[in-house]
Amino acid sequence: MSSTGERSVGDSATTLLRIPPLAPARGRAGLRGELRSEWTKLRTVRSTMWSLVAMAAISVGLMALIAWALMNRWNRLDPGERTNLAHHPLEVILARPVFISQLVVAVLGVMVISAEYTTGMIRSTLQSQPRRLTVLAAKVAVFAALMLVVGEVLSFAAFFVGRQVIASHVPVDLNDPGVSRSVVGAGLYLAVLGLFSLGFGAILRHTAGAITAVLGLVLIVSNLTGLLPDSWGHHINAYMPTNAGLLVIQPQPQPGDLLSAWQGFGVFAGWTVLVFAVAAFLFTTRDA
Amino acid sequence: MIEAVGLSKRYGDRVAVDQLSFTVRPGQVTGFLGPNGAGKSTTMRMILGLDTPTGGRVTIDGRPYRQLDYPMREVGALLDAKAIHGGRSAYHHLLCLAQTNNLPKRRVGEVLDLVGLAEVAGKRAKGFSLGMGQRLGIAAALLGDPKILMFDEPVNGLDPEGILWIRNLMRSLAAEGRTVFVSSHLMSEMENTADHLLVIGRGRMIADCTVQEFIDQNSELLVRVRTPEPARLTEVVTGAGGTATPDGDDTLLISGLVMDRIGDLAFDNQVRLYELSPLQASLEQAFMELTRDTVEYHAAVPGGREVSA
Repeated sequence: MSSTGERSVGDSATTLLRIPPLAPARGRAGLRGELRSEWTKLRTVRSTMWSLVAMAAISVGLMALIAWALMNRWNRLDPGERTNLAHHPLEVILARPVFISQLVVAVLGVMVISAEYTTGMIRSTLQSQPRRLTVLAAKVAVFAALMLVVGEVLSFAAFFVGRQVIASHVPVDLNDPGVSRSVVGAGLYLAVLGLFSLGFGAILRHTAGAITAVLGLVLIVSNLTGLLPDSWGHHINAYMPTNAGLLVIQPQPQPGDLLSAWQGFGVFAGWTVLVFAVAAFLFTTRDA
Repeated sequence: MIEAVGLSKRYGDRVAVDQLSFTVRPGQVTGFLGPNGAGKSTTMRMILGLDTPTGGRVTIDGRPYRQLDYPMREVGALLDAKAIHGGRSAYHHLLCLAQTNNLPKRRVGEVLDLVGLAEVAGKRAKGFSLGMGQRLGIAAALLGDPKILMFDEPVNGLDPEGILWIRNLMRSLAAEGRTVFVSSHLMSEMENTADHLLVIGRGRMIADCTVQEFIDQNSELLVRVRTPEPARLTEVVTGAGGTATPDGDDTLLISGLVMDRIGDLAFDNQVRLYELSPLQASLEQAFMELTRDTVEYHAAVPGGREVSA
């Protein structure tokens, strides 16, 4: 480099830089810092919060619209349909919003970890905290907490909005048998589904692949197992992750159910634990 | 201090890093030199615990990276400027990293000032140029005021001002007594910044020496001589302990003898000379010579001449 070249680029490039010193610290980088970091990561990407708001608005709004239309046609509905509605009001005001929301929850869950791989952020993450189980635990805890809050807010909002809309023909109350458990359960179901998806994201690492796997399982495979022949097919179908998990949002057991509401939820949680056992093993042993 | 002992990485049949042993010392810039695909990045990733070695070990001041109390206070590394979520602002990117090591919030502002990104701190990293991305990566590396800094090909794709800035940064960091470990596939880059050199090819250590030693050992002085009697001159030169290689009909490239001695020999033996000129093989050539057998993919070189002015 010539002296003229040096002068032309200015002082900033040629004078020695001084790195401001940092006071020494005691202890160890651990779960507490990682939790704060993961929360910062979640809240500072615009798409996360937008997706959640959109999910809540669309699922509750759409449900309200459908319920309102049904009430308007009440006198023209055939008697069978009316009886069905009167016996299973939550099918309309709770199950539908959950069905719509689970798509968004699954995508967000997958992306908590797959987005780190597709952007390369994972290398920065694991450099700052190389103890990988700490990283995975923090991701799970922060996302679970967020999903639990969002899931419960959404299911209670859906219930109260829906109850107002259908009140004229189908009165329903939180004190009715199984109803409060179903509403609370809907939030729990969404939170566990989010974690189930996060686990798939950690295993597959590719956004599209993991989303396809989770939604394929939730929307397609879970229904196909219902077509399996007789008794053993019936068992497989009942124990599929989301088939079992959705029992918790059903106020009364249906004829032929193999599992109770909480048993079903336990089966779903068990599947999720299994997915995480695989995810934790791969996450700690694979090259980043 | 970074210490590797018998460090190896194999992917199936392919050996990426083969039994590397080396020490990277504080207070100097250590250049990590090798052709593309020589295993430089893989070695750096193993130092940082991102990849697990299949053999040997590497430690940071005696401990594996995964056991460091506050990794960011020990090692700051810029492996690639793309290790960033583009949807996050520069400030938030650094904040979420700082939080993992319990670093104070104000530190984020300090390093943003230092690398000259304070004005775009709130902008999403997606819109950053390569140079800005590189600076953001360096800001992340400096967050923990680390004792050791590692840069993988830091000047790739940068404009001259950016290159100068990075060189100066590395010299500054070493002058403060830090350990600076920087990889490159260009010898010319190392010539300007490094004190010590580790040269690898196909995952193996080829040279571990100071830059001066490398220059002394590898930049042999060649003398170009034009004469109508190349055969006689070759005889004379060989007799005096030199080596002559024909380079065209009437030209010889002579090594092992200084230029004045060649002139004297020609005069004493009455060999007519038309030209007598020095040729210094550049370090780049010495490096290419050294790693020639280890380059994974060769391009055909037109003419195949090894030494040119």
